[in-house]
Amino acid sequence: MTFGEVTLYLLDGFKLTCLLFALTLVLALPLGLIIAFCSMSKFKPLSSVTKVVVWIVRGIPLMLQIFIIYYVPGFLGYNVFAKVDSYFFSTVGLVDAGRFVSVTIAFAINYACYFSEIFRGGIQSIPKGQSEAAQVLGMKKSEIFFKVILLQVIKNIIPPMSNEVITLVKDTALSRVVLVVELIKKAELLMTQALIWPLFYSGVFYLIFVGLLTILFNYLERKLSYFKV
Amino acid sequence: MAFLEVKNFYKSFGDTKVLKGVDFDLEKGQVLVLIGSSGSGKTTLLRCLNFLETPDVGTITLNEEVLFDADKLTGAKGTKMKRDSDEDIRKKRLRFGMVFQSFNLFPQYNVLRNVTLAMDLRAKEKLVKPKLFAKVEEKKAYKKALETIYQENKEKALELIEKVGLSEKINNYPCELSGGQCQRVAIARALALNPDILCFDEPTSALDPELTGEVLKVIKGLKSADSTMIVVTHEMEFARSVADKVIFMADGIIEEEGTPEEVFGNPKSLKTQAFLQKSNEGI
Repeated sequence: MTFGEVTLYLLDGFKLTCLLFALTLVLALPLGLIIAFCSMSKFKPLSSVTKVVVWIVRGIPLMLQIFIIYYVPGFLGYNVFAKVDSYFFSTVGLVDAGRFVSVTIAFAINYACYFSEIFRGGIQSIPKGQSEAAQVLGMKKSEIFFKVILLQVIKNIIPPMSNEVITLVKDTALSRVVLVVELIKKAELLMTQALIWPLFYSGVFYLIFVGLLTILFNYLERKLSYFKV
Repeated sequence: MAFLEVKNFYKSFGDTKVLKGVDFDLEKGQVLVLIGSSGSGKTTLLRCLNFLETPDVGTITLNEEVLFDADKLTGAKGTKMKRDSDEDIRKKRLRFGMVFQSFNLFPQYNVLRNVTLAMDLRAKEKLVKPKLFAKVEEKKAYKKALETIYQENKEKALELIEKVGLSEKINNYPCELSGGQCQRVAIARALALNPDILCFDEPTSALDPELTGEVLKVIKGLKSADSTMIVVTHEMEFARSVADKVIFMADGIIEEEGTPEEVFGNPKSLKTQAFLQKSNEGI
């Protein structure tokens, strides 16, 4: 295979990497916010249960969670992902959609828990005076959060979030443990044809992706540097 | 009946009793100055008036309307009234304005937006929003009405900002202002919602000494027949000159109250005498 052919072949896997990355963010960001609010809830049972869940999800290797989410429904006698598989195959001719869906769920839950702790830290770092001032001005709770607190939180959490998001880019490679053919899995498949260099070459894709994300986060940071929290 | 009547306020935080039965009243247009050493309950009293804390016992009556009654709140004495909803408290809060010791301006908004934000939100709340599938004309009319109100709010805000002497800073962000300027913006922001009573919680305590003057001058300038204010302060000279009524608090109760001449000129309580002597020694 020529360099160009290998690149195109790997790009095919990279598409799946990007899709998993994007879907995880789209699902985990709002879910993380909900978990953050649950863990800050004044209703003790809710906050306690949430804290235990976060402990478990952060305490078990992501790889294991991917296995658990993929295999446990089958053990329980209801292989939901096989159904997803056959549904997507029969409707749009897509192969192995079930694997991808299961991995996306695992990633979304895992990252939501990490995000929730970042959100919680960010929200609690805003001085109480901000919400008190807003309360005294007659604002509603939702207005206080969205008009006063949120942007300050975003500014505060950009550095830890960029860390987490960059880790996510590379963690997507874990999805190959249940045979989702993402970038590294693709490169591994080439090894069966005695081509080893594409595996190392695949690192360049991640590097470029992370480089772009770094630029984006730096841009956001500069955008929000006009005020101090 | 006085404009504001506060009766029998008690408030504890855990085992710490902060307010132990505070009663006072205030006429419309008067300035009440609260003095007393740290921990005497002045700030807690203000926070209770602004519904930032809930008194354990006591009532607030403003303009003959009972705003707060702890008995009804807890359902004691056989009353079965429901606890105030967040929405009720929010509306009652608007009767009072508050200027905080640490300004608490919103850092992401410029001076003008800090003043207009709450006004705009409240104005928007009053307008009936057209439904998602309403006619285009209806939506246009709504948008236009909103824009007109925002413009009016902006003009009112500009007036208020001029009143506190910061017309040149309307586009600056709080981090670009001095402490004194921040506090003046906070005063304009509190005035924007036309509160019946404006409260100041040690408005100059977080400021450098050379900046306190500008803020005190603004507060003095607000004094008029229809602006009722409650000021917690450690600035005795200012208290003496601006107050219609002075209350000295000690250990959660009102130790002494009267006109500034009475309290400052001829204090009856030993605690008041000691406090005033100490604050004079400070100068």
